[in-house]
Parts: sequence; structure tokens; C-alpha cells
Amino acid sequence: MTATEAPAPPESDATEPPALRKTSTRKRLVPYWLLLPGILWLLVFFAAPLVYQASTSLQTGSLEEGFKVTWHLATYWDALGEYWSQFVRSMGYAAIATALCLLLGYPLAYLIAFKAGRWRNVVMMLVIAPFFTSFLIRTLAWKTILADGGPVVGVLNSLHILDVTSALGITEGHRVLATPLAVVCGLTYNFLPFMILPLYTSLERIDPRLHEAAGDLYARPATTFRRVTFPLSMPGVVAGTLLTFIPAAGDYINAELLGSTDQKMIGNVIQSQFLRVLDYPTAAALSFILMAAILAMVTIYIRKSGTEDLV
Amino acid sequence: MAATETTGKTTGKTVGSTPRATAAPLRWLRRNAVTLAGLATLAYLILPNVVVMVFSFNKPHGRFNYQWQQFSTDAWTDPCGVADLCGSLGLSLQIAVWATVGATVLGTMIAFALARYRFRARAGVNTLIFLPMAMPEVVMAASLATLFLNMGIQFGFWTILIAHIMFCLSFVVTAVKARVMSMDPRLEQAAQDLYASPVQTFLRVTLPIAAPGIASGALLSFALSFDDFIITNFNAGSTVTFPMFVWGSAQRGTPVQINVIGTAMFLVAVLCVLVGQMAGSRRKRSTK
Repeated sequence: MTATEAPAPPESDATEPPALRKTSTRKRLVPYWLLLPGILWLLVFFAAPLVYQASTSLQTGSLEEGFKVTWHLATYWDALGEYWSQFVRSMGYAAIATALCLLLGYPLAYLIAFKAGRWRNVVMMLVIAPFFTSFLIRTLAWKTILADGGPVVGVLNSLHILDVTSALGITEGHRVLATPLAVVCGLTYNFLPFMILPLYTSLERIDPRLHEAAGDLYARPATTFRRVTFPLSMPGVVAGTLLTFIPAAGDYINAELLGSTDQKMIGNVIQSQFLRVLDYPTAAALSFILMAAILAMVTIYIRKSGTEDLV
Repeated sequence: MAATETTGKTTGKTVGSTPRATAAPLRWLRRNAVTLAGLATLAYLILPNVVVMVFSFNKPHGRFNYQWQQFSTDAWTDPCGVADLCGSLGLSLQIAVWATVGATVLGTMIAFALARYRFRARAGVNTLIFLPMAMPEVVMAASLATLFLNMGIQFGFWTILIAHIMFCLSFVVTAVKARVMSMDPRLEQAAQDLYASPVQTFLRVTLPIAAPGIASGALLSFALSFDDFIITNFNAGSTVTFPMFVWGSAQRGTPVQINVIGTAMFLVAVLCVLVGQMAGSRRKRSTK
């Protein structure tokens, strides 16, 4: 790949980009040769499976008799009818986790971008390093942290917080594990770095002199934040919320490890339909409903944030 | 810094009427509220790693390592003492290495094509690169597994590798493209003016400049592949990678050795970042 890859501009005008130059057919084909293997890989192992999945969702049959495409749209209705509560729960958990990620991640991203100074690299490392420890192991660690006899539950109990949260339906009795609180806590934890990194990137681009200017114009810190910093960080907020919400909505690891059967998310259903029940059409239909729901929410969200704040 | 200065100015104005003694700690708290909140989040992020580390020195009674019982270094002296654990770890490393090689080579080629050339179907290619990153993993996992299933392909090492290269590819393209786009094309032209051949220009100018992007793409691929559970779970059949071993152990009982390996991974990662940073700062100093 080395010889053909370098865009060789020997004697022609130096200001022209390589592609605009009059080149031989062989050279014009260079980008296509570069793209070919990778794009083929994505077409065969990413795009084609999705198309195939779509046809699977319209099939009926069983593992013994084989599956046939019968344009059986009712699979979608049946799947939605049976599992709508898991859908709603997935979207709800993902939305709450995303909001919490934004709430928790923003101060940390701000800290790294503007206040960490020479500690910046150290803090950054502490954000990224957990990435490299197996995330299943870290999720299991939450089982220890939130354990029934553990310090967290003890403190929450003695402050009578668990009584309040139980009344609200977030926890059950005097425990945190196997409740919605534990699942949302795990989701928030697992996807927090996906929020912090884009937030940091967009905050870092802001010129600190803008803060000084706002201060010189007698803006209070809260006003500076509301009118200057936050609007300028909107690209990071949008990217971060999408990067958090989408994987969180499809996740089934947190619900499985930290929740009980009452906290099952749609990912759990797809997983068990596919790997245990072996009902491939239902699994395929559920996948597509999930995709459609996410697509719809993301479109609405981008349009909203695009017209109002993303300027 | 500018932000803290303005904070000081305005809080001084608002708190000015209250007595000094009670206002001081309150003022300090207000001035440092963002820092404190940030550090709290950092603690939230690090806490599980600390717990994993501490519990790697535990000697649990029973199958599950969720409660502190007794200090012991048994697991550290015998990290492979559990059946299949180190085998699955080796398999995961092997897959991660090959997935990284595959995704980095294919992804770098795509990135160069996108960054350097104008051609038809550019928008389509960009969409195809973006979609795998924007799709829930379960959907991708189930789709690919359906395809393999219907083509009658045996699940195992190769299906895992194919899947991993597929989802790592986009991340490599994004990382490399960003780097190549930001590099000055005049550097290559200068090399050509100095009579460097296209091969020499690529090897001695283009590649070194693109290297950090390629390296970060490769590192990300390695981490993503090594840690992936959802896509592997659907496409592995009876093959057990390290994340799948951990998943299984959550039901069967977690050996302490899992915590040892988690801790070791954390330390290796921190070490790698530190070494990389030291090398980076030295290079910066030497070029100054």
C-alpha cells in the first residue's frame, strides 16, 4: 500500500489538492483501492447482516422446521405487545443515566479543561485508565459496593434515604442491589467516560479569554456559564448524550448483573430470545424496534438541540 | 485563572454583608464548588477499580468474592489457579492483537482515502463508517450472528475475529482521519521539492506525522476488542474469551484471580500511559 498511497505531486502546481490534478486512470483509482478492503468488510459483515436481519424479522417457523419469509408483520406487533414495558424501561433508564452522566460529567470535564493546570494529564489518565480494566469486572465491583450489608446501604439506611427512595419505587425495602437504583447507577458509571471525553474536547476549544471578557462585563460566574460556556460546549453535550444514550438503551449487562427480573431491559430480552429461546424472528423484530425507537429519539433530539442551542 | 478570579470578585460582593468568620468557609466552598464536584465524579469513576484492587487480596469463604473476609496474597501468587481462566485470557489477547492489526490496516487505508482524495460516494462511505458507532451493540451482534447462523458458519475464533475487526474499524478511521486532516500538506510538498521519492515521502514524512493517530486508533481497537462482551457473546458459540469467562463466573462464583487480573490490567494501562506521556514530553523538549 505504501507506493500508491503517497499522493505524488512531482512537478505540478503545489497549491492544488492531489485529486484535482490531471492524473492517469491508475492514479484516479487509488482512493478506491484504499477503500475496497475495509468497505467490503463493513458491507459484508455490518450492512448485509442488517438487511438479512430485516428479512429474518418477517419470517415464521421454528428451529426444527426451518424459517421461511412469510411477510409476517404480526411478529412486530406481538413483540411490541409482549415486551413494551421493557422498551419503556430501557428508554427511561437510558435517559436517566444520560442525564446523570451529564450532571456528573460536566464538572469533571470543566475541571480538566480549565482548572486542572499541570494536573490535567493525571486527571485525564484517571478518567481513561478504568477503560482498560475489564468493564465486566468493574461492574461486578458494584455488587460489592452496593451489597446489602455494605457501607453504602448502611449509610443510606441510617439517613433514612432508602425509606424515601423505596416510597418512590427506586429501591425496594432496605437494599439497593436488584433495584432500579442499582441498574441506573451501573449504567451511569459505565457510560460516564463517553460523556466526559466529548465534553472535555469541546470545552478545551473555548478560549479562556472569553471568560475574562464576560467577567469584565460584570457577568456573574453563573451568568458567564449560562450565556458563554454552556452554549459553546453544546457540540460536546450533544455528542456526549448520544454516545451515552444509544449504548445505554441497548445494554443488558448492568440489568443482568445489578438488577433482578423486574429490571429487565430490552437488551436482555433480545439476548434471551436469540441465545436461549432461539426465536430468531422475534429477536430480529425487537432489534429493529429498538433501532427505530433510538433513531426517532435521536432525530428529535438533534433537531431540538440544533435549532435552539446549537448555534 | 480567569474563572476563579471572577468567582472571587462576585462572591466577595454578595457575601460582603455577612460576618467574615462564617463567610470564609462558605466562600471557599462556593469558589471551589466545580472542582469539588469534579473530584467527586472522579472518585465515582475510580471507586470500582479500588474495590477490585482491595478484593484481589481477599480470601473469600464460599464461591463469591463479594464480602471482605481475610487478607491473603494467594490469588496473586497463583493467578492461573482457576481452570480456563488464563486460557480465556490468552485467547482474548490473541483476538485483540489480530483484531487490532486488521482494523488498523483497513481503517488507516480508508482514513487516507477519505482525508486525501475527493471521489464519488464519499458521503456514502462516511455514513457507512459512522453507523457502526451509532448502533446499539445488541442489534449489530444479533444481525451478524443471524448471518453466520444461516450461512452455516461454525462459531468460534474466526467469527469473533471478523466481528471485532468490523466494530473496531470505524474507531480507527475516525482517529486516523482526524490526524491526517490536520496535517500540513506543504510538509509533503517540501519533501518532494527536496527530491524525495513518493515512497520516501510516505515513509519518512507522512507516516511519522500520522503515527499518533494510527497509534491511538490501534490502542482503542485493542481495548475495545479485549473488553467486548455483547458482540462476542452472540458470535462466539462455545468459545470462551476473558469477558465471557467473567460473565460466567458472575453466575457460577467469582474467583479472586479475576480481581488480580483486573488490577494488573489497570496497573499496566496506567504504566503505559505514564511511559507514553514521559516519552511525549521528552520528545517535545528535545525538539524545542
